[in-house]
Amino acid sequence: MNPKQSDRRRFLKSGAALAGLAVGAATGAGPLAAEPAPERIDDLHLYGERSHFVNSVRTGSINNPERRLEHEPVAFGLRTPLQDSVGMITPASLHYIVSHGFEPPDIDPQEHRLLIHGMVDRPLIFTVDELKRLPSVSRFHFIECHGNSTTAGPGGPERIAPNATVQDTHGFTSCSQWTGVPLSLLLKEAGVQKGATWITAEGADANKHSKSFPLAKAMDDVFVAYGQNGEPIRPEQGFPLRLVVPGWQGINNVKWLRRIDLVDEPYMAMMESSRYPSLKLDGKSRWFEFELGPKSVITYPSGGQRLPVPGFYEITGLAWSGGGAIRRVEVSADGGKTWKDAKLHDPIAKKAHTRFSSPWEWNGEEAVLHSRCTDDQGLVQPTMAEVAKLWKTDVEFFRKTSLVVGDFNAIQPWKINRDGSVQNALF
Amino acid sequence: MRFSRLLVCGAILLTAAAMPAQTPSYKNVGRTPTKEEIQAWDISVGPDGKGLPPGQGTAKEGAVVFAAKCAVCHGPDGGGKVGPRIVGTKADTESLTTLHPVRTVGGYWPYATTVWDYINRGMPRNNSGTLSPNEVYSVTAFILWKSGIIQEGDVLNEKTLPKVQMPNRNGFIPPKFSDIPDEKKRGCTQGVCP
Repeated sequence: MNPKQSDRRRFLKSGAALAGLAVGAATGAGPLAAEPAPERIDDLHLYGERSHFVNSVRTGSINNPERRLEHEPVAFGLRTPLQDSVGMITPASLHYIVSHGFEPPDIDPQEHRLLIHGMVDRPLIFTVDELKRLPSVSRFHFIECHGNSTTAGPGGPERIAPNATVQDTHGFTSCSQWTGVPLSLLLKEAGVQKGATWITAEGADANKHSKSFPLAKAMDDVFVAYGQNGEPIRPEQGFPLRLVVPGWQGINNVKWLRRIDLVDEPYMAMMESSRYPSLKLDGKSRWFEFELGPKSVITYPSGGQRLPVPGFYEITGLAWSGGGAIRRVEVSADGGKTWKDAKLHDPIAKKAHTRFSSPWEWNGEEAVLHSRCTDDQGLVQPTMAEVAKLWKTDVEFFRKTSLVVGDFNAIQPWKINRDGSVQNALF
Repeated sequence: MRFSRLLVCGAILLTAAAMPAQTPSYKNVGRTPTKEEIQAWDISVGPDGKGLPPGQGTAKEGAVVFAAKCAVCHGPDGGGKVGPRIVGTKADTESLTTLHPVRTVGGYWPYATTVWDYINRGMPRNNSGTLSPNEVYSVTAFILWKSGIIQEGDVLNEKTLPKVQMPNRNGFIPPKFSDIPDEKKRGCTQGVCP
């Protein structure tokens, strides 16, 4: 625990102690902890805490092998509690985390630099304050791990279990308003040379995560972000700088960004050589799949929740696509036999989560809820059978394999039982 | 090699001089780094060996470094412990068509340069940057020898390393780098490429 956190905990405990004293005086109970009171009671309000009645949290772990207990299961990262989400923004404190076992580095923004070099006319080095002086953009974008909702891998058993929550099934996606400088602006300043076709971006974490992607994307809509939801990016999300690579697999969104090298081929970094190529049943790997397909999921009612009585409910969920904006979401309450257009809530942004809702009256009988989205390219979210066809296999493959099937965007069914309980009905 | 890379960049600079000059638009934002600064930061290594520093090592030398600095996590023979198994076998490569494929450094990775690059940038875990180029070459040689890819006496250096043929080198689609960027042309849809 860092000193600041322990200070804040102390303040909170002291606050509780003060409250306890007041209650104690009324009931005759003794005082609680003998902790020192904060110097100023208003210090408690300088940085807001949510109500202590609200306890929604990320699940999983950073999966740092040095901290893992002997029998602790290997996790892939920490998932966002989508079941508790409202609107389309993920609080920064609940944004999913995948960092391949490494703790976020503790970076002093005054010391941090971004270097742009390689096949450029003028290599450039920027401080964070200098980047903040440049023309900026603020955009809503989701970031999603390519392994989100995969049926196999470290989170596979939880994901396909009948009692899976939407956090278990889809928690590796989050949406923020990101603020930063377009990468195209920085690259134009540096002067990209003829022949440069790729960039390789590098973070300042312990294994200096490195990722290559085509220059065309870098010049299109990528930006170097320093802000997330109105405040500096959180340490777990790349403080003080990260790349935002809209609509593409999360691995491209390099956190703790410190270097961009202009090159003429993919640099075959560890992640793009090992886990991230998409291995198919023919034994061949499709490397560098970038754009994520359209995906949606109902967040209420969803796995693990319970409808208390028959009657009216607003079905609600999130839809997103790496290809653009969400144009349509349809909801089915009869296992996909009939569909009804859902209402899309503003803002409907490109490559961002879009909140949808649909009124529904539950009659107390078994029901299976589906959602499917269409993006502005006209691409429709596929069924399990359609995903299987793309993979040239059958649905059972996804249950049996131990392969992390990336970019898995099949329609997610939730079954409502007669007692109101909701369960995962993927298989 | 860094020196040759600078030369290559220099050659490209000359060609670029013929293109319309681009001038910076934002005054006094950012500065030009020195050559030494770039050199100190630039650890990129390409699959063709671009960026590899001079140096050399053999599996025999690598065994000593591996035992001292790597075995604690990856096991004495690279078979995995807290850290993943890195030494690969033919069986790993053969497993790639099964329901339970095993992706190891030796059995799956397409380029030997990536082995060098990742050891150099990330290993030993939380203590990266402490191995000399010769040590990185020798540990790379040890892993490749243990995986049956090179001979125990083979010398790896900035010239020979990029030439090492990895067993799964031809297991990637599309085979040509220049065909990768255009996902539409590749026929990718729904995040899945054919």
